[in-house]
Amino acid sequence: MHIMEGFLPVSHAVGWFVASAPFVVAGGLSLRKIIRERPEARLNLAACGAFAFVLSALKMPSVTGSCSHPTGVGLGAVIFGPAVMAVLGTIVLLFQALLLAHGGLTTLGANVFSMAVVGPWVSYGIWKGLRSSGASIAVAVFAAAAVGDLATYVTTAVQLSLAYPDAESGIVGSFIKFAGIYAVTQVPLAIAEGLLTVVVMNALSGRAGQPDEIAVLAGEAR
Amino acid sequence: MKNSRTTWLLLATLALVVAPLVIPGLGGSFKGSDDQGTDAINELRPDYKPWFEPLWKPPSDEIESLLFSLQAGLGAGFIGFMIGRRSAAAKGSAKQVSGAVANGAVGDVNVAH
Repeated sequence: MHIMEGFLPVSHAVGWFVASAPFVVAGGLSLRKIIRERPEARLNLAACGAFAFVLSALKMPSVTGSCSHPTGVGLGAVIFGPAVMAVLGTIVLLFQALLLAHGGLTTLGANVFSMAVVGPWVSYGIWKGLRSSGASIAVAVFAAAAVGDLATYVTTAVQLSLAYPDAESGIVGSFIKFAGIYAVTQVPLAIAEGLLTVVVMNALSGRAGQPDEIAVLAGEAR
Repeated sequence: MKNSRTTWLLLATLALVVAPLVIPGLGGSFKGSDDQGTDAINELRPDYKPWFEPLWKPPSDEIESLLFSLQAGLGAGFIGFMIGRRSAAAKGSAKQVSGAVANGAVGDVNVAH
């Protein structure tokens, strides 16, 4: 999902910065509120950031014969809400842009939008929707992480097709091409991320299957 | 039951990652999707020149893989610390409870964990 440095036209690069900025600011406010109201949640917040740090470094093989990486932002989105992940995801993307030449500063706005905004919000929506329709915590967390991961890669494909429409088939044709590269490759990795997110959530909380599992991780219950 | 579920989930994750490497007919060059995306841009717009270069690039593939492993290692290390901390806290409170049972004072114990 990393759009490489300099690979978005200036107008698109600026546009995605403008689109991402309010989410990052809102995330900063949400982060401050959580830390002030529930200081004991700080370590679990850091663990959610660490999870995104690990998963986005792991490039794994996929059935399409190419490699890609999960994002790891679903866990934090479920526990602390999607807003804070805009901040934690931006930190991960900055690290990779500055030290790994992976992604970039000019494309940071677009990459933040796909990985740190769309991914977490989709995860959160799936989590809320499934929980209110009676799914278990494990099933809802699995689906939230997996679908959020996939949504990030679909967003990258949309961003690139808007910037590079095909000469004949236009944006749609270009989207099909980019979605084939990003989204299809991502399907098995998204499922793997969903499974791993459930494992890590259970291990961090130590209360798998109990109704207050997420509240305990969020520092709302003891 | 909980631990066996964790085991099955981890095995399923492993199978998903290993399958493309071992199932005949699948597989390929295993190039990164981000690089393929860049290639696709070059195909759609052969004349496009990136207008900004990374400020710093890892000088070799070895340094790059060092930094990627550092990223994964730091994150995994912290998560491991958190799981260990939780498990130690659970043991501590279990000890408290069993000590209290021995003293016949179980009703007074706050079973927090």
